[in-house]
Amino acid sequence: MRLKLVPSETSWDFFSKWKLWLGISAVLIVIGFASFLIQGLNYGIDFRGGTTIRTESTQPVDVAAYRAALEPAGLGDISITEVFDPTFGDDRNVAMVRIQAQEGAEAVTPETIAAVEAALQTVDPDIKFPSVESVGPKVSGELIKTASIAVILAITAVLIYIWLRFEWQFAVGAVIALVHDVVLTLGIFSELQIKFDLAIIAALLTIVGYSINDTVVVFDRVRENLRKYKTKDLSEVLNLSINETLSRTVMTSVTTLVALIALFVLGGDVIRGFVFAMIWGIIVGTYSSIFVASTILLFLGVKRDWSKKDPKAGGQYANIDA
Amino acid sequence: MLQMSSWQRVLILLTVLLGLVLALPNGFYTKVEKHNDAVLQLEAGAPTTPELTADVAGWPDFMPSGLVNLGLDLRGGAHLLAEVQVEDVYDSRMDGLWPEVRDALRDARDTVGTIRRQPAAPGVLSVKISNPDGLQEAITRVRALASPVYSLTGNNSDDIEVSGQGDVLTVTLSDAEKIATDDRTMQQSLEIIRRRVDEAGTREPTIQRQGDRRILIQVPGIGSATELKELIGTTAKLTFHPVISRTSNANERVSGRQILVPSIDPQEQGTFYILEQTPVVTGEDLANAQPAFDQNGQPSVNFSFNTSGGRKFGIFTSENVGAPFAIVLDNEVISAPVIREAILGGSGQISGNFSVTESTNLAVLLRAGALPAEMNFLEERTIGPELGQDSIDAGKIACIVAFIGVLVLMFLSYGTFGVFANIALIINVAMIFALLSLIGATLTLPGIAGIVLTIGMAVDANVLVFERIREELKTSKGPARAIELGYEKALSAILDANITTFIVAVILFVMGSGPVRGFSVTLGLGILTSVFTAIYVTRLMIVFWFERRRPKQIEV
Repeated sequence: MRLKLVPSETSWDFFSKWKLWLGISAVLIVIGFASFLIQGLNYGIDFRGGTTIRTESTQPVDVAAYRAALEPAGLGDISITEVFDPTFGDDRNVAMVRIQAQEGAEAVTPETIAAVEAALQTVDPDIKFPSVESVGPKVSGELIKTASIAVILAITAVLIYIWLRFEWQFAVGAVIALVHDVVLTLGIFSELQIKFDLAIIAALLTIVGYSINDTVVVFDRVRENLRKYKTKDLSEVLNLSINETLSRTVMTSVTTLVALIALFVLGGDVIRGFVFAMIWGIIVGTYSSIFVASTILLFLGVKRDWSKKDPKAGGQYANIDA
Repeated sequence: MLQMSSWQRVLILLTVLLGLVLALPNGFYTKVEKHNDAVLQLEAGAPTTPELTADVAGWPDFMPSGLVNLGLDLRGGAHLLAEVQVEDVYDSRMDGLWPEVRDALRDARDTVGTIRRQPAAPGVLSVKISNPDGLQEAITRVRALASPVYSLTGNNSDDIEVSGQGDVLTVTLSDAEKIATDDRTMQQSLEIIRRRVDEAGTREPTIQRQGDRRILIQVPGIGSATELKELIGTTAKLTFHPVISRTSNANERVSGRQILVPSIDPQEQGTFYILEQTPVVTGEDLANAQPAFDQNGQPSVNFSFNTSGGRKFGIFTSENVGAPFAIVLDNEVISAPVIREAILGGSGQISGNFSVTESTNLAVLLRAGALPAEMNFLEERTIGPELGQDSIDAGKIACIVAFIGVLVLMFLSYGTFGVFANIALIINVAMIFALLSLIGATLTLPGIAGIVLTIGMAVDANVLVFERIREELKTSKGPARAIELGYEKALSAILDANITTFIVAVILFVMGSGPVRGFSVTLGLGILTSVFTAIYVTRLMIVFWFERRRPKQIEV
């Protein structure tokens, strides 16, 4: 007996409630976007400059005492957060201290860091500093710029590729689904105020890759079925294609999620934000390739007579002896 | 029928085997690392000790010994991003040009009149002439000093630009020369940083040029970024100057050819030396420097000059017995001893108020040479080794759990075919490590996440094929035909899906830096190996199985 995540034959109608699905997406996008505009992302030092010091001690973290000890140094905005992780024992208490970028300095001076470390040591003599990172404001500004360019470039490149391999309607559908995923991911990072650093950009781009992967698999089937069933309604063809690929879509998402959840729980606190972004992105990406990309395609309509015009289109790989 | 020619089979098997063999050293990381270090030490001429021999024997020589480099976030160490102040060099170029300009204009004294160098903006040489009518003549004369710059674009131009207005002549470096100079400055800085880091004896440092004027320095195993900065951030410009007098007035006026330099000797706090601007000898003339102890048992640095430096120093000391000279490091006087006798041997000793570490560092810096320009540090990161080890441990456990989860899920869903996919998955991860070791890539924490993601996604291509075979079986073509059609029809989806993801990985690699880049490398390699294993390896296994069993019916 096989494990079946979805029944082997499905004929669910994915478009009967399309207003609801697009509505949900629209509401989520509005919430995410509003949150992004109102409270903004909780940028890490990669993007806004400053210093983070990771502290570790056998004594419990006393955020108020840390703050009081650092107050006299006059370093401006200091944020102290305790880090919890299931892999830490009782004797491992970790906190992150973040100091804003100092006026006029390219990077925080070693003297400042030494002063901060000394101040914290007066509170807790056992304290250790496993990592100290500091980024100057000049670099952080550039990092934001390159990161944004990278995301936009990736989306454009994907748009062009799908346009070449399919039709422009497919490309538009795929890219709207992509933008949907990216906006929702930015939205949840801003809503939950999870630290947004350079690694999250990598996660964001992976989401772009994954989401497009999912969408392309559905679209590939749509293309095939459009040739096969020339008289069927587009909505029927889309529904059929989604149903046919559904078990694959779910299987791949579940295996990837299994791997990512293992990393989320056991991978340590350093990459938890990164893994969270990917988990969220995979859920959203799977959802969007079924409900967003295909619905957009339904709206735009597709040229139906490709097989006549170019019988070989899309079949150029068929002759490769794999 | 399921056909695969025998050469295809052999090629696939060989590729897999090669992948496994290349990946193997990573399974014995510490042993192989010790082996590699010991071999390097022996090659460098270290005496054979039992420990070294044992380390070498720990891993057989005929096996590949390439390892995946562990990034700083996994191994601990220091990371610096430095920006070289390339404009510093324009200034010294102008200073170097001034005597030439002066001599050229002196020859034309009749038309130009008297000349005087004026204070000017950095990188600009400004000369005032007393006879404005001679300006054109002066410009022509100075222009004659220019030499051509050959640039890649083929637009040849002169290295200096000379212009004049009224009675002032202005000389600057041309844009082409600035670019060429910047490039030289960067090359020199890289070289000197590399020498300094190598001298300090840390392993596998990364020293890379980034963009036009930045240098990325990553040194695993060093205690902190501050320590690293002390090593590479010091300009270490050593000069020996004749002393004119001493003063305690920081604002003392000095004449044109003299400089006022503070002393760093704590016993002479607040003392300033007035020195002749032109040094007798500089650090560039040094042949060697070693940490030592002076006659009082205080840490000091012994140095020796090269031949020309030794001669210059010998002449100077023999002419100035009884007079003091100042040893200046980065515009601070370390000490100003009195010359007791001519120093003809070309060697000497710097004693100041050093600790043992300071004298050792100074010797390293002097041996490596001075940096051509100052550096600003834009980014500094220190990661403790314990944190790195924690991340590796956590990553390992997460990988294993993720692996088991995916293996179980695949087996439950696809039975025998799932087992094939699982074997292919293991081969896939081995091949990622093989490729990473082969290209000497660096594995970072996001890189591990990339591998875990690959574990999840690598089954995708197999899932696509298996689902397709299932569908084809429903239309009851024989099993062989179904498998064949399954592969054929799934191919366009597999390729399209992976090519789009690969495009993203490439963009990440080009645009990204540091951790993002590490992630893109594992993601990109993961896509390549997973397509290979899904299309070829799993298929080969299915073909072998099918030929052996010849099943009338299959369940996927």
